[in-house]
Amino acid sequence: MAEKILLNMENICKSFPGVNALKSVNFELKQGEVHALLGENGAGKSTLIKVLGGIYIPDQGEIYINEEKSDIHDVKSAQKNGISIIHQELVLVPYMTVAENIYLGREPGKKFLDKKKMSIDAQKLLDTYNMHINANTLVGKLTIAQQQMVEIIKAISYQSKIVVMDEPTSSISDNEVEYLFGIIRTLIQKKVGIIYISHKMSELGEICDRVTVMRDGETIGTKVVKETTNDDLISMMVGRELTHYYTRDYQPKEEVVLKCENISDGKMAKSVSFDLHKGEIVGFAGLIGAGRSEVMKCLFGLTKGYTGDLTVYGKKVHIKSPTEAMKYGIAFVPENRKAEGLYKIQSVRYNSTIEILHEFMKGFSVNIKKEKIITQNYIDMMETKTPSQDQAVGNLSGGNQQKVMIGRWLATNPKVLILDEPTRGVDVGAKSEIYTIMNDLVKEGMSIIMISSELPEIINMSDRVYVMCDGRVSGCFNHEEVTQEKIMKLAAK
Amino acid sequence: MAEVSTKEKGRQSDNIVISFLKGNMGILIALVVLCLALALNPITNRTFLTSQNIFNVLRQTSTNLYIACGMTMVIILGGIDLSVGSIIALSGCIAAGCIVHYNLPLGVAILVALLVGLLVGTFNGIVISKTTIPAFIVTLATMNIAKGFAYVYTGGSPVRVMTQEWQFIGGGYIGIFPVPVLILVLVLIITGLIMNRTKFGRYLYAVGGNTQAAEFSGINVAKVKFLVHAFSGIMAGLAGIVLASRMYSGQPTAGEGAEMDAIAAVVVGGTSMSGGSGKLGGTIIGGLIIGILNNGLNLLNVNSFWQYVVKGTVILLAVYIDFIRHKKSD
Repeated sequence: MAEKILLNMENICKSFPGVNALKSVNFELKQGEVHALLGENGAGKSTLIKVLGGIYIPDQGEIYINEEKSDIHDVKSAQKNGISIIHQELVLVPYMTVAENIYLGREPGKKFLDKKKMSIDAQKLLDTYNMHINANTLVGKLTIAQQQMVEIIKAISYQSKIVVMDEPTSSISDNEVEYLFGIIRTLIQKKVGIIYISHKMSELGEICDRVTVMRDGETIGTKVVKETTNDDLISMMVGRELTHYYTRDYQPKEEVVLKCENISDGKMAKSVSFDLHKGEIVGFAGLIGAGRSEVMKCLFGLTKGYTGDLTVYGKKVHIKSPTEAMKYGIAFVPENRKAEGLYKIQSVRYNSTIEILHEFMKGFSVNIKKEKIITQNYIDMMETKTPSQDQAVGNLSGGNQQKVMIGRWLATNPKVLILDEPTRGVDVGAKSEIYTIMNDLVKEGMSIIMISSELPEIINMSDRVYVMCDGRVSGCFNHEEVTQEKIMKLAAK
Repeated sequence: MAEVSTKEKGRQSDNIVISFLKGNMGILIALVVLCLALALNPITNRTFLTSQNIFNVLRQTSTNLYIACGMTMVIILGGIDLSVGSIIALSGCIAAGCIVHYNLPLGVAILVALLVGLLVGTFNGIVISKTTIPAFIVTLATMNIAKGFAYVYTGGSPVRVMTQEWQFIGGGYIGIFPVPVLILVLVLIITGLIMNRTKFGRYLYAVGGNTQAAEFSGINVAKVKFLVHAFSGIMAGLAGIVLASRMYSGQPTAGEGAEMDAIAAVVVGGTSMSGGSGKLGGTIIGGLIIGILNNGLNLLNVNSFWQYVVKGTVILLAVYIDFIRHKKSD
């Protein structure tokens, strides 16, 4: 593809108090190219994107667009230069319709809002890209995947020449990913350049032309995707060879820890049965909305009035609240760690010990020393990277936030650990560390239920895999027989 | 961003005093500047730093700080309690009525008044924890209801209490210390312990910071909301008693706008209106700033109409400085 160079960022430097975030970074994007940007969290990808989007002003360096030096000093000027960024965290207004969101801030009509035109235009755009979304629906009513599509349409509607997608597939399931790739292909035909940030190596080969790897605020190198291997890229990313990406010894015991029969919540989960042995990792595969999280919420007492039989260690129980679930030794690390799990503005220590306050707080007496020791234990065990226990959790990287979350639940000393999408938004290095920890835990006799939409992770980490489809269990495989194809066949209707 | 090398043991906040100074630097400076300005001003320098005036300021500030204690918790929860001003009126009137109309002993009258506060607070708490109606609306309603009851009960005119023991609560001294100030010390200790040294205190920040996470952690969110509002009610009941004592009467007009002064103290003290963060220490300083400002403006003979303007400006300024500081640290 000998196309025109659309964007050239030269010697970009940016530092923050105490951190050299970008050290002389170079990046180039051609017309009609999908250029992947890889790197662990904290490597400087988001900083670079924020410089491009006008959110940060670089200390040094030049940005050339269409080979002309450009002055990007704020978000508006970046947009004027044809740059639009689809952020990982969606920035849509839930109480407004799809059309209103797409045209937010540049609504048609001079004095009065031309609502009709807005919704017709939006619907046209949605239809062009074959999206079965009504432009007059409230965004809050859409699924996360649909919201992502709306974000993309919004970016396209700016007539952008350069579109940045920050982990666009982190919250959508596999067949929706296919759909997204379809849109990307349509875009590159229109000579749009796409910068694609992702942690999923498998996507690179499928959709990207070139890849640039960043590490510690520097560009390590740019390669043509077809001429490189995943292992090469991973070692470029982490700066060392990752010999064992997945660590797994299979040695589950006979003893059944947890048995579910015909669990239904009246909505998403329909008569689900499965069991869990001691020292076993059971994976739950399926599309988004298959009802996997809903089943786990029943087990953890978050769904009132579920039906079905639940047996924990041979004892029939009906769990009505998380407190009760914790009493039976069940811990649940939810999928959406920001919304459901962490107190972002509070410290690592606060977040680590909120479940086990009784261990050092009685009445008015607080044993702060003990709290610090407990916290330090879990920081060490999970190898969480944090400057101190007092650091606000919101300032940590995704992988480290996840480690704090898991550490917090380990502190309750659970027998059954439910992990819902444990590695979403986590970089490869930290992912591998989390896998090792999971393996260590089951070796010590814990049992783990893992919901994941990443098939390689499910296949390589699970003793057994249950596949769910439309609220029901559609199949179960042993780790010897499971393959991606078998899962997908059962996951899709 | 900051992925500093691992395992540096947490050593900040080891010292309560240092972390207090660090966390409240902005408003502490404001407080000191305010005090210096009044101490050095030729009009006020003779009066401001006298022990009589200092205790006077503290006495006036104390009722505001009682309710600000409850308000701090409510605001950390992400809510607001507008009913406290009316609870002051209602509990004051009923306490006075107990003594004057029913000849009940002082202790019983105090208890009844506290119960009135608790009752309104409990009602707020039940509605807010059992429904999704915002605290603003619920307490706006109970603000009117409580005020209405105060007028109905008194027929609109003050209930005078002339006994000495009644007047002792708001106006008396133990040693050199005014009674309301001693009550304040007690209230602050209890609130401080609840917020910083109990599980409940932690849960408070959890619910305010991320309600869904709190629920998933097995925290009884409804109970936390309920208890916080009940506490706020009791604090307002207490303020009602002390104020009624100082005015020698229960007045249905008492406490008007008190909720706004309390909110101002909390917000100036750095507690975020969006919930999840805030400290009692900040509220204390915030209350003092507002108290000293009132006192200073009186000492300077500033027209009371203008005092509102000055007070509003100072509140905005204090919160703005805080905003700038946080923006930098982000």
